[in-house]
Amino acid sequence: MSNKEPIIEVNNLKFKYPASEIDEETPTILDDISFKVNKGEFVGIIGHNGSGKSTLAKLLNAINIPTEGEIKVKGMDTKDDNNLWDIRQTAGMVFQNPDNQLVATIVEDDVAFGPENLGVPPEEIRERVDACLETVGMSDFKRSEPNNLSGGQKQRVAIAGILAMEPECIILDEPTAMLDPNGRKEVINTIKKLNKEKDMTILHITHYMDELIDADRIIVLDKGKILLEGKPKEIFSHVDELKEIGLDVPVMTSLAHELKESGYDLPDDLLSIEETADAICQLK
Amino acid sequence: MFENMTIGQYYPTSSFIHNLDPRIKILFTFVYIILLFVIDNIWGYLAAFIVLVTLLIVSKIPFRYAIKGLKAIIFIILITVALNMFMTPGDVVWHWSFMQITKQGIQIAVMMAVRLVFLVIGTSLLTLTTSPIDLTDGLEFYLRHIPFVKKYAHELSMMMSIALRFIPTLMDETHKIIKAQKARGAQFDTGNLIDRAKAMVMILVPLFVSAFRRADELATAMEARCYRGGVGRTKMKQMVLKRNDHIAIALIVVMSVVLIGTRFLPPISFFK
Repeated sequence: MSNKEPIIEVNNLKFKYPASEIDEETPTILDDISFKVNKGEFVGIIGHNGSGKSTLAKLLNAINIPTEGEIKVKGMDTKDDNNLWDIRQTAGMVFQNPDNQLVATIVEDDVAFGPENLGVPPEEIRERVDACLETVGMSDFKRSEPNNLSGGQKQRVAIAGILAMEPECIILDEPTAMLDPNGRKEVINTIKKLNKEKDMTILHITHYMDELIDADRIIVLDKGKILLEGKPKEIFSHVDELKEIGLDVPVMTSLAHELKESGYDLPDDLLSIEETADAICQLK
Repeated sequence: MFENMTIGQYYPTSSFIHNLDPRIKILFTFVYIILLFVIDNIWGYLAAFIVLVTLLIVSKIPFRYAIKGLKAIIFIILITVALNMFMTPGDVVWHWSFMQITKQGIQIAVMMAVRLVFLVIGTSLLTLTTSPIDLTDGLEFYLRHIPFVKKYAHELSMMMSIALRFIPTLMDETHKIIKAQKARGAQFDTGNLIDRAKAMVMILVPLFVSAFRRADELATAMEARCYRGGVGRTKMKQMVLKRNDHIAIALIVVMSVVLIGTRFLPPISFFK
């Protein structure tokens, strides 16, 4: 499904916050992390609080710099200051709190903020803004004020703001953590649409497993290390391990797992309601 | 506590004046303020009054909105009137012990009061007809041309627009904090002034903590969107002067000529 051109390469990454007068010995937040994200892929990173997943996001966007190892975004090393703005334009980032990332008082002005910073000519910004708001389904709200929007809508505006910079990859750092179930659905559907229709590379960081059922690959982080990596079905079959590190397994997977433990012969990799229903119907 | 607060006092009606370029409206306000101190006789005040009434009618702003701003300065007007009335030397018309009122005093007091009223209504017209964000854009344009300030023009206007963006957010937050503190037994409506001031600390401390946290996150988000100050930055919305704006400039020139011209008309004195 994707040609094997890596957008993000992480090699033997190690990160700890620099020592200060107060903490002479800072804990290692991330240790020996290596992975690749290829063009057009939808990769999920999942982990419990304190697993280092948000720190990882900030490292990918060159907001923090690795202590050891290297991160390359489209071949550009994040340690090199000259690459800073190119990296941030290539790998756009959406944050957790929808309120604290919208800059302007009007939706369309906010979407224009990124391209304005890049020095894009005014007419082209206009085109990009209209197209991006259309993509996330927020065209009707382009003259609204952000504080009159719901959390899900704000987050879609934030995604449009990143899209308008024409990145090759979007990193989403827990974009749904502060949203209600409807808002979560809106945002997840927007992300999936971007990946499928626009072939946008997505790196989705979250602690909700069910958001990653459609991902191409999932990386499970625990205490700063990669615990598991693989396709969703492979990952979700490790039900006990995932529960042990405090993650919620999708309901159907969990149900199938418990049925299996009570002696029913079900496969390990059930994710959707339909699959599970079929599998149960086929039991003798 | 904050129920009646709105940002600025923008009153949208999409009139001729509302659709003017904010720069023109700022220019008008500036010129009008200067002219108010240039005029010196009844003809000048009459002309300034006609200008104001015409603008109010064209802008379709209800009269009571336009005079709202007067409430805030009613004391200043009263003090000015009193000072001028009692302190101006001249022909005495009334006196009691050390206090006296003179003809000249009355005349100056009335003129001063009228001048202040015109000043307030004239300047509120700017904020009534211009949205805060347009106002910010307009101000940025002028700041860019003022020596010493022009270096910071972009930063200043960015700060203003971020402040505008976060006023409603912080307002919501304040409501939440008040409710949370009330739920913990805090009392904001009772006690004397000092007690109430102390109660405010319970709101302000968490509000500040949260505001700093927001500022930090916003700064990170802005950097992630390649914000690096005003250098090399473009703007989607370009301010272009349209036909109406040119007409408005012509009208401002006409107004200035007429108002300055009134100085040369024979003055009328109300006290023969």
